[in-house]
Amino acid sequence: MVVYKLQTPISEADIRKLKVNDMLYITGTMVTARDQAHQRALEYFRQGKPLPINLEGLAVFHCGPVMSKQGDKWVAVAAGPTTSTRMDIFEDEFVKNFKVRVVIGKGGMGKRTTDAMAKYGAVYGAFTGGAAILAAKAIKSVLRVEWFDLGMPEAMWIFEVEEFGPLTVAIDSHENNLFTDVAKNVEANKQRIYQKLGISQ
Amino acid sequence: MEKAKIVENVAFNIIKQAVIYIPDDVKQALKKAYAEETSETGKTQLNAILNNIELAEKHKAPVCQDTGTIIFYIKAGTQAKNLEKVEGALINATRRATKEVPLRPNAVDPFAQRNSGDNTGRFIPFVNWEIVLGDSIELTVMTKGGGSENVCVTGMLVPGQGITGLKKFVVDTVINAGAKPCPPTIIGVAIGGGADISMKLAKKTLLKPLNEPNPDSEIAKLEKEILEAANMTGIGPMGLGGKTTVLGVHVDYAFRHPASFPASVAFNCWASRRASARINADETVEYLTRKMEM
Ligand code: SF4
Repeated sequence: MVVYKLQTPISEADIRKLKVNDMLYITGTMVTARDQAHQRALEYFRQGKPLPINLEGLAVFHCGPVMSKQGDKWVAVAAGPTTSTRMDIFEDEFVKNFKVRVVIGKGGMGKRTTDAMAKYGAVYGAFTGGAAILAAKAIKSVLRVEWFDLGMPEAMWIFEVEEFGPLTVAIDSHENNLFTDVAKNVEANKQRIYQKLGISQ
Repeated sequence: MEKAKIVENVAFNIIKQAVIYIPDDVKQALKKAYAEETSETGKTQLNAILNNIELAEKHKAPVCQDTGTIIFYIKAGTQAKNLEKVEGALINATRRATKEVPLRPNAVDPFAQRNSGDNTGRFIPFVNWEIVLGDSIELTVMTKGGGSENVCVTGMLVPGQGITGLKKFVVDTVINAGAKPCPPTIIGVAIGGGADISMKLAKKTLLKPLNEPNPDSEIAKLEKEILEAANMTGIGPMGLGGKTTVLGVHVDYAFRHPASFPASVAFNCWASRRASARINADETVEYLTRKMEM
């Protein structure tokens, strides 16, 4: 396990150094996107409309944060990751079209996303589920919010983050997927457990 | 003070305690798991969880952004006064906590798909009543996260397969849940009664401290056996691999119909949130999970 600290915009060459199980901290610009923001971004792309922010080299965070407005400034109160599998249907196009280098969430993503990450150079960083305050404290400022009409959790929040992490590289850009590895291991362990408990199938 | 107001204040306080402070027994179990975890990735996750718990305490902020569905368990003394006012007070406390703590609004009308915005709605907060001897009222709140709720399962097992069938059911359920309930989790298992009864019992066991095994030694043995089996899966913290998948297992049961073997598995995530307080007849209040310091 190697610990990496990367600054956005992150280059493809840097991202390709990362291997599954490495630990990653990100400093720079991070953008939140859940289902609806993914969908709208891809629609914009199809229509040739520019996104509110150029995502090349940035990190996208699957997160519906709890934000509070203090004076005229937004502050992140709690910003833990949401389940990433819901974004599996969008992420390959997202990585391909916008060249984001890091996708952050919890629970892992599937083959489509893994393939796209290998092809275009991106990684999936697992952030500890429920660790909302840890995440919020790494958000140094809220640069702005876009697509607020989608509602607070679904809007695109643009954060300036400092050493955001720890992120476990769970999908690297070499077709390795930690969640798939764990699942294989669990399947093998299941037989041992059955045996121990005297379960015949 | 007026009784309804006391109940409201106490309910507000325990909701606030529950969402901010993870109970000591859970914290101890997480620390122990951290010390014993052999997977480096697993250790990283447990460390992040422990840091997050500490930060939440320090900043008095909810430990997880999903502050859950609010569920109350009330032990009402037969001689306690003004019981008819309790439910309204719990609803008021929920609304206030949503605004002041704050909590994430988590109550959605399933037909209109509209969020009520204040964590209340039809049957929410849900109130479980129990009548006990005495003149006090004991309030307990569980704020139940969605990720761990989504993997709770009730099954109708084959009576002839007995407890071995139950063990398989629990192991399979833990494996299917995988990373979804934010492991390490706490699981409640209950059998018998009926579909609804087994789940109600399973969920209620999640209120028990981790260091309280079932007083029946046979059942305590089963709890331990299931715990060990779950931790052999290798799912690990956050499903990233490791030996800490479950922090504790509670088992309960009711007698069953000869033809039925209902079994339920209820999950709580590491962000296990519960708090209790007792309101005595003389209006003094004892906080049972954690001293009041707010
Ligand atoms: S499962 Fe629990 S810890 Fe994970 S996000 Fe939901 S409430 Fe938080």
